Amino acid sequence: MVGQSHIFIAALVRTGEADTLASLLETMNAAPGTADPANALVPFGRIPTLHVARFIILNDPSLPDRQLIAPQLPATEPLRLAFVADCDGTADQLLRTLVRLAKPGLQRIFSHCRDFDPNADLLAWLHAHRIISAATYTNWPGRTVTQLSEEARLHAALRQTRLAHPEASPEQLRALLLTAAQSVTLTPIPVLTFAEKVAQIGDFLLLPLYALLLSPVLVPALPVLIILLRWRETHDPVLAPVPSIARNKLLSSIEDRDVTNQYSAIGSLKPGLFRRWLTIAVLWIINWTARHLCTTGRLGRVNTIHFASWTFLDDKRRLFFGSNYDGSREAYNDDFINKVAYGLNVSFSNGLGYPQTNWLILDGASHEQDFKRYLFHHQIPTQVWYKAMPGLTNYDFARNARIRQGLTANLRGSALKAWIAEI
Amino acid sequence: MRMAANDEAADIQALVHRGFASLTGACYLLLRIENPALAKPWLRTLDITSLAKARAQRLSQVCQIAFTAAGLRALGTKVTPEAGFDPEFIDGIAGDERRSYRLGDEGANAPAHWYWGVGEREPHILLLLLAADTAIDGLAQDTRSAALAAGCTTISGNTSTTSTPLGREPFGFTDGVSQPDFDWAGTLTPGGTRDRDYRNLIAMGELLLGYPNEYGFIGDYPQADKVGRNGSYLVYRQLVQDVAGFWQWVAREAGDGAITLAERMVGRELDGAPLPGLKSAKIMGTDDPRNAFKFADDPDGRICPIGAHIRRVNPRSGDDPQGRHGFIRDLISSVGFSGTAMHDAVASARFHRVLRRSRPYGPLIAPQAAMQGAGADQEIGLHFICFNANLARQFEFVQGAWAASAKFAGLAAEQDPLLGNRLPLANGAQPTDAFSYADDAACPRAIAGLPRFVTVRGGAYLFLPGLRGLGQILRDS
Repeated sequence: MVGQSHIFIAALVRTGEADTLASLLETMNAAPGTADPANALVPFGRIPTLHVARFIILNDPSLPDRQLIAPQLPATEPLRLAFVADCDGTADQLLRTLVRLAKPGLQRIFSHCRDFDPNADLLAWLHAHRIISAATYTNWPGRTVTQLSEEARLHAALRQTRLAHPEASPEQLRALLLTAAQSVTLTPIPVLTFAEKVAQIGDFLLLPLYALLLSPVLVPALPVLIILLRWRETHDPVLAPVPSIARNKLLSSIEDRDVTNQYSAIGSLKPGLFRRWLTIAVLWIINWTARHLCTTGRLGRVNTIHFASWTFLDDKRRLFFGSNYDGSREAYNDDFINKVAYGLNVSFSNGLGYPQTNWLILDGASHEQDFKRYLFHHQIPTQVWYKAMPGLTNYDFARNARIRQGLTANLRGSALKAWIAEI
Repeated sequence: MRMAANDEAADIQALVHRGFASLTGACYLLLRIENPALAKPWLRTLDITSLAKARAQRLSQVCQIAFTAAGLRALGTKVTPEAGFDPEFIDGIAGDERRSYRLGDEGANAPAHWYWGVGEREPHILLLLLAADTAIDGLAQDTRSAALAAGCTTISGNTSTTSTPLGREPFGFTDGVSQPDFDWAGTLTPGGTRDRDYRNLIAMGELLLGYPNEYGFIGDYPQADKVGRNGSYLVYRQLVQDVAGFWQWVAREAGDGAITLAERMVGRELDGAPLPGLKSAKIMGTDDPRNAFKFADDPDGRICPIGAHIRRVNPRSGDDPQGRHGFIRDLISSVGFSGTAMHDAVASARFHRVLRRSRPYGPLIAPQAAMQGAGADQEIGLHFICFNANLARQFEFVQGAWAASAKFAGLAAEQDPLLGNRLPLANGAQPTDAFSYADDAACPRAIAGLPRFVTVRGGAYLFLPGLRGLGQILRDS
């Protein structure tokens, strides 16, 4: 199996150069916020293993919140440029490809960063600035860009055949479709090797193992922890300001350029060790869950996320959340609130100003208006966003994969009709 | 605290609870305020029909009033998000190119081609006049003259009255069969396991401002001077329907099966009955046998196509497509460990319902005549009006994510078979002009190349205030 890797590279932006950097990044776009796959700086479209990528200046509009409700936190934090990507294979492979294809462009971009040295080894510099995200989610681990594009071509070819024979019976159509499918190259999908399976089981056992090891401490401490949580939940201030129309226009100007959108958000954690350790534990569990339980297209009941990641910054005082989701922002928010409010509460209620939760999973995001405002307050524009498969959603990917499986299955009667209906 | 909108009937404009089907004459008078000092005293003299009045007596004429953000500003009301107005209302239906894209208002539907709605033709006020067929022209003429004398101008392109009989939309289908039943008595508590199933009874706060919504909270609304209380957001779109084009296309595709194909595209029979074969179901909040069905028993659209018009604009989905099966199974389903993504692609309907008050205009053409080309030389259409309390989550969601989207419910390449603009995706690489269904033998069928049957020709987001709110808006500052 070819696994997917998440890459998060961040470096401090030189003082006063954020605007020049933003203008430079803009030259990479074909439409507002949307990368031209063949842009001169980093031609994303030439990297066959890249699913999604973004360059983003992590300008945090919520930092002033600290003075209002968490004065014990530093008033300022450094401004960073981040490169965030999800790819097939290892991070090192992607970085090597990037350096090979786009060295001058990357140098131009990162020359706006404080400690960038054009004479230093670029690959080593990128590695040195990599931050390992605390949690990542992949819609369907193992599904490569190659597989996605081949299956999209398969669907297109079969659909053309289907539409060309509107009166054909399912059996007649099946024969025609199988013939049409032969013209499409389908690289065999690698399966897990024995060693990979063993490694996966070992990784799976980490959670029960840690739980067992920590239980002598955690179980007796539980009443205290619960009291700490309840006290905080009932006293932590909420900050969900009324959205500004101008900022909303800025954010929406770079949205809905494709059927999939990028989402970037940044914010501070609530001060104190309790929230810090709770976040570390929660994100560790999310990361484990994403690897072992949510591996076939669904994060809880949310089916629209291609990739998502949670990354600590500034000694875990701040968290960056990035995702790639199908549909529009409002629908994405609703989907989250209605289907996984518990998950949002667990993963974000340690954020400064988050709507009031109860018992960690209740309420919180269900305060629809406050929650949407909180999200908006923390959302930041992504300067450049790239997606390898424009016009296709997770539902499309999953359907195309089912169509491919149907090629080799022995289909008759209603199963055959169901297969054709999907084409 | 229980809040019953019924107790406030004297403050609520009647249209949010009454369709006035017996008054078949209608005039959608769009005004611009040129002189607010003159306009205000005149507007104060208008007899705006309250719900209490409509309940108490049979009315021979009705007048309702709503304002765009520009209209409220012209009258001196502060229209800002901080004042509690919906950001989408402030922006306006055509105020942002991205919004137009989401709503499908692109290409031939683009605001630049509208009869009214943008620039000098952006209305300030909608006066909706209803009366008997014989009286509507006189009422409209009198009101227009009075408006002119009071420093208002009318926006051309939309001044004609209509007396097309109600009950059928121009393609010939019974219209307005399914409406949400709002909780006027204030007895509903949303959020329990009951909501895993579809229900038609909807929280009052989804229609009127100042009441708890489906999330159980009262959303922001203009509270200063009670301007917003008992108000609602009114979406008005003028839709031109190509009746001859629709029936001729259907006849060409399906021959003798034209009516059946059209019924599959709509998702109902011509007379409003559900498609045959849908199991009847008991639904909270409706007694109408024509609405006693869900799509849960037809998850793959073998009876009612997934992309059928009525299935898109109200998928009759509960909070969980698997419904309600006791605590443990509900819990397993909630965390996503049962069921499939494929059958969980549609949001819960209760957060996305609107109340419709549309009326057709132009001659009524029977399908058989339309197939022969009748009506091709006349403009026929719909004054589409709907009410909601949260434009982004209700109207815009239904129009954008459900009707206009080529990705609704995981479909591949089709928009709403009636409303779609048919513009391709991904820089032209992906068509959106198909429609798929299962025929009588349950064989899957797909048709590509649907033409555009409906064209948007005007639109506005308006605020329909309660009567006390109206008094505040019209008081001399």
